[in-house]
Amino acid sequence: MQVIFSWNLVADFQQMWSFPFMVNAFRAGAVVALVAGAIGWFMVLRRQSFAGHTLGVVAFPGASFATLVGISTGLGYFGFCLAAALVIALLRREGRDAGAEESAATGVVQTFLLACGFLFIALYKGLLSGPEAILFGSFLGITSGQVLLLALVGAAVLAVLAWIGRPLLFASVDPQVAAARGVPVRALSIVFLLLLGAATAEAAQITGSLLVFALLVLPAATAQVLTARPGLSLLLTLLLGFAATWAGLVAAWYWPYPLGFFVTSFAFGGYLLAHALTQVRARLAVRTGSGGGTGGRGDTATGTVTAPGTVTANGTVTATSARRAVA
Amino acid sequence: MSVWSQDFFHNALLAGTFIALASGLVGYFLVLRAQVFTGDALSHVAFTGAMAALAAGWDLRLGLFVGCVGAGLLLAGIGRRGRADDVVIGSAFAWVLGLGSFFLTLYTTSRSAAVGNAGTSVLFGSIFGLSGGQTLVAVLIAAGITAAVLLIARPLLFATLDEAVAAARGVPVKLLGLGFLALVGACAGEATQAVGSLLLLGLLAAPAGAALRLTHRPYAGMALSAGLAVVEMWIGLALSATVTSLPPSFSIMAAATAVYAVAWAVSGRTRRSGATLAG
Repeated sequence: MQVIFSWNLVADFQQMWSFPFMVNAFRAGAVVALVAGAIGWFMVLRRQSFAGHTLGVVAFPGASFATLVGISTGLGYFGFCLAAALVIALLRREGRDAGAEESAATGVVQTFLLACGFLFIALYKGLLSGPEAILFGSFLGITSGQVLLLALVGAAVLAVLAWIGRPLLFASVDPQVAAARGVPVRALSIVFLLLLGAATAEAAQITGSLLVFALLVLPAATAQVLTARPGLSLLLTLLLGFAATWAGLVAAWYWPYPLGFFVTSFAFGGYLLAHALTQVRARLAVRTGSGGGTGGRGDTATGTVTAPGTVTANGTVTATSARRAVA
Repeated sequence: MSVWSQDFFHNALLAGTFIALASGLVGYFLVLRAQVFTGDALSHVAFTGAMAALAAGWDLRLGLFVGCVGAGLLLAGIGRRGRADDVVIGSAFAWVLGLGSFFLTLYTTSRSAAVGNAGTSVLFGSIFGLSGGQTLVAVLIAAGITAAVLLIARPLLFATLDEAVAAARGVPVKLLGLGFLALVGACAGEATQAVGSLLLLGLLAAPAGAALRLTHRPYAGMALSAGLAVVEMWIGLALSATVTSLPPSFSIMAAATAVYAVAWAVSGRTRRSGATLAG
């Protein structure tokens, strides 16, 4: 089947959405992008990218274990990711010189579980599409039932996140003051890691266990470069993640390269653009004196980063209606 | 004829010993400088580099070393004083992963399916598949890395433990950071052949983490980290030679994790009893 990308986006989307599996892929992509974006925003703020990446790769032993013992893959993903999140949270020690030891502990957890995944694959002598498929994912063949499950888990994760959002933000920005004011910093960090585990387990089923990390870190990093206001940058994160995922899905449909490559390339391009824009703006501000208009900067940034603007505007509506239909 | 007297096992033992020695030394500084995440990123760059080289039809090792050393220098160059920020590393490295999947597709669609195993062997290593020539190269490079780390150990330790004072005393902090990450890159490229790019981090982080928990004296820690890495490598290889269904990469990581867990438990208990005595 040879499909050609015409610049008529409406016709392109009509063509893609005439296939039910593509509709499911777009729905799943939207859910994953929103959940990963929201969790990733806190992850980047808390400088826990390493933990996020670790939980992302832990999805791989989860999937291979499920294949080996013959249980549902989703169960394997969630079981391993939540267990690893709990272990990392418990190994974490508060206080001084925690950084070096914590990162070493995280690294050990990550590689040991990856080695276990390799063992499961070696023990599983049957037909397996190879570790690459689990690692780099595939968006073809997502069923409506899986989309429903994704949406339910995503909604649960977002609900918990909304519930702990304010104290978590406080504890992330200034843990000492938050602890002094009676915020349960340690409990919050455990709950956050569990949420991160659930979100990565969910996202790993679509993007593959290695590339979940891209959806967690890139939109949030881009948004936090562009603006320092929490609410605005959270919103921007969701938009950027959503645009990168959908643009990636469109590109992966028309060109024979993997989805993960397109999503990461778009998101990383946005990140570089955001850096370039802040640099340019800083130069201009130096030349013309301070006060360069923050609103204008944010607007140009979103405009350039989410290049197919019509897709975003179009997509937000359809995504909400799709989720309403699912619920 | 048992596995113990086979050529491939001797090659694996020889190369593994030197690779573990280099990784243990480099890893000690990596953990001490809280740069484990950088090591993680470099280990994934190794995969992308290897896949790019294979897709272009070059030798796999060329891609490994050029990719890893280049990325190490880049990450050190971005950061202030030769250390990159968590988010910057994460962003760059997410894209590198995407690029890796791109090269993997390019490679597997352009070649026949018979060589499709190369991806798995880069990800998870194939220490039992080293030839005599490859072993010699691996030993020489690992010995070079070990010598280089020992050469810069003193100023690097100074720059790591107290950066500001070291800079004031005229130690070239930035240059050391660059050189160190280039060494980590070389070590990553080297160790990928033994344990694979995904498990490389364990060889860097586990012995060093255990050593740091057991002693606070820097030179003793360095020696302990290198020694533990070598012992773990031997245990892992012996385990895989005895129980043939266990892949060597798994056995090595299992040994490393077990040692780390023991160190964690021991140091936890001594600290707690120390605290009770002091209190």
